[in-house]
Amino acid sequence: METGERDADGAAPISPAAALVGFTHALRAAGLAQSPDRAQLFAAATARLGAARRAHVYWAGRATLCAAPDDIVAYDKAFAHWFGALPVRSGSPRAAPKTVVQAGLDRPAGEVGTGDARLVPVLASDQEALGHRDIASLSAQERRRLAGMFGGLTVRLPQRRGMRRRAAHRGEIDAAATVRSLLRHAGEPVRLRHRRRSPRPRRIVLLVDVSGSMAPYADSLLRLAHRIVAAAPQTTEVFTMGTRLTRVTAALRARDPDTALRLVGAAVPDWSGGTRLGEQIRAFLDRWGQRGLARSAVIVVFSDGWEVGEAALLGRQMARLRLLAHAVLWSNPHRGKPGYAPVQAGMAASLPWLDDLVAGHSLAAFDELLEAIGSA
Amino acid sequence: MSPSVPMPASPDDVAETLRRVGYLPDAGLSTVAYLALALQRPLLVEGEPGTGKTALAEALADAMGMPLIRLQCYEGIDATQALYDWDFTRQILHLRAAEAAGAGAATDELERSLFDERFLLARPILRALRESPVVLLVDEIDRADDEFEAFLLEVLSTNQVTIPELGTVTASVPPVVILTSNRTRELHDALKRRCLYHWIDHPGLARELQILRIRLPEVDEALARQVAAVVAELRLRGEMQKPPGVAETLDWARALHQLGAHTLDVETAAATIGAVCKYREDIERVRASLDVLLTA
Repeated sequence: METGERDADGAAPISPAAALVGFTHALRAAGLAQSPDRAQLFAAATARLGAARRAHVYWAGRATLCAAPDDIVAYDKAFAHWFGALPVRSGSPRAAPKTVVQAGLDRPAGEVGTGDARLVPVLASDQEALGHRDIASLSAQERRRLAGMFGGLTVRLPQRRGMRRRAAHRGEIDAAATVRSLLRHAGEPVRLRHRRRSPRPRRIVLLVDVSGSMAPYADSLLRLAHRIVAAAPQTTEVFTMGTRLTRVTAALRARDPDTALRLVGAAVPDWSGGTRLGEQIRAFLDRWGQRGLARSAVIVVFSDGWEVGEAALLGRQMARLRLLAHAVLWSNPHRGKPGYAPVQAGMAASLPWLDDLVAGHSLAAFDELLEAIGSA
Repeated sequence: MSPSVPMPASPDDVAETLRRVGYLPDAGLSTVAYLALALQRPLLVEGEPGTGKTALAEALADAMGMPLIRLQCYEGIDATQALYDWDFTRQILHLRAAEAAGAGAATDELERSLFDERFLLARPILRALRESPVVLLVDEIDRADDEFEAFLLEVLSTNQVTIPELGTVTASVPPVVILTSNRTRELHDALKRRCLYHWIDHPGLARELQILRIRLPEVDEALARQVAAVVAELRLRGEMQKPPGVAETLDWARALHQLGAHTLDVETAAATIGAVCKYREDIERVRASLDVLLTA
């Protein structure tokens, strides 16, 4: 174990306490949510171990300031920068996707519409027409108008039978409750109590293709994802697929859709690249799906099925997905166009494993998709 | 009652006591375990299945000379399964017996005797609070519902529970709490904030070999070395649906030893591959490449 303590690199010495507090601020800037009590715990842990050894400070911080494997990657980076050398070797998870949310200071300001208020008075029939048009064919202004219409979509949540039983008027006899009421009446027989399994929301997993060919739809798809996350924040997970897989659930939990989209924009490193769908779905299954995220969930893949990689691999991964999930839906923007046939290699390989192939090119199509999700 | 082993004074101390009971922690894990003991904070351990999350709690209990109380979480678990419950059937019997004996008038007395200690079924968390110092293992917390997490948070932050009919139970010494999660869902920040966090990764080749030697001293060293090397290679390739954990490595070595193998050859490896691979596709892929794996 190396003990590479270097005191402030010859510059004016900083007190250890200030250095530690400063480090928690640096972490916050790097996107790791930190509360004062965590910082206090970090200080207490460091005091216990002694701040003289680099490794001690490293592990004290990692145990108190991290809360997920993704945090560790960001933590390692911040630690290396703040304490001026590479971090001690750690068993951080391999190839964890960087979903670190950076403060978006240098985002292009073009997206943040300031003139929205002027665009409100629109005829209802016009809105209706806009909802049915292919998103790819819309002008920038029409798109901005469409963005405001996502709030009107109703999300219907699929349900599953829960394990927990609740009191009900019918159903199986609740022995414990019956005996309890019996006790209350000094052992006199009273009416029977019943209970029933109560339904619970089923998990929804959205896998959104953000490659070049899907670029015109990406913004709308993420807005749709934001709607679904807002309706069921605890049971919805969203991933983007490009050259790599990124989990964007946390970013989409922001209440305001524009803020959420900006956060996603900062988190996703690979807009408009190529897609290796098979590899991305395998990465999803290996890292999240098989462990439980995909199990008995409703999975929706948003993609046009243009697979750069090997189609057979995609087919195998879709088969795996189908075995784990409750239902697998595929939303393809070209599905809604006349004369479309699912003949692209990726689409053809996936088709046998889908419960449904639905359109996904307009707001009206999204509404139908939500219907399909709700009744899955 | 006090722990039979004194509180460790440093991370190295923790590593040493754990090593004595056959658990080999790396520097990070022993530091975090030491902090959990010293700061009396619950320790949230996450990692791939089979990397020794549950074994850590068992080893810690063993090393510190404390009993281990385990709470396995599942969907729909609630306070009556985690904390306490009343034994209704026996209460009814008691009531009927009292009635038959003709103890009619003193209803207050009767009620008090109903909610007595002897009708109380103590579940893991209540037991842990009462019998502390103990190690309380809350296994696979991610399987429980959100509501249960909130309930657990309350118990963990105060180290006490109130039973309306009996009064408040407070732990004299806070129990050592280890929570494990497989990350099938994200835990609430409030719960995470209470806990120290550690991610356990698969061990490296050298440490896995050490683990094999310590846990299964009867297995030939050459065999252990080969097994560890093949497993490390399988993980490195990253094409398996379920990469083998330490638990699988130990199973495999045990299986090979049971068959009387002293070294690993293609035939015995193919026959016992079911100990390492748990998916048909994985088994086929590994079988096909056994030649390469064994010569590497």
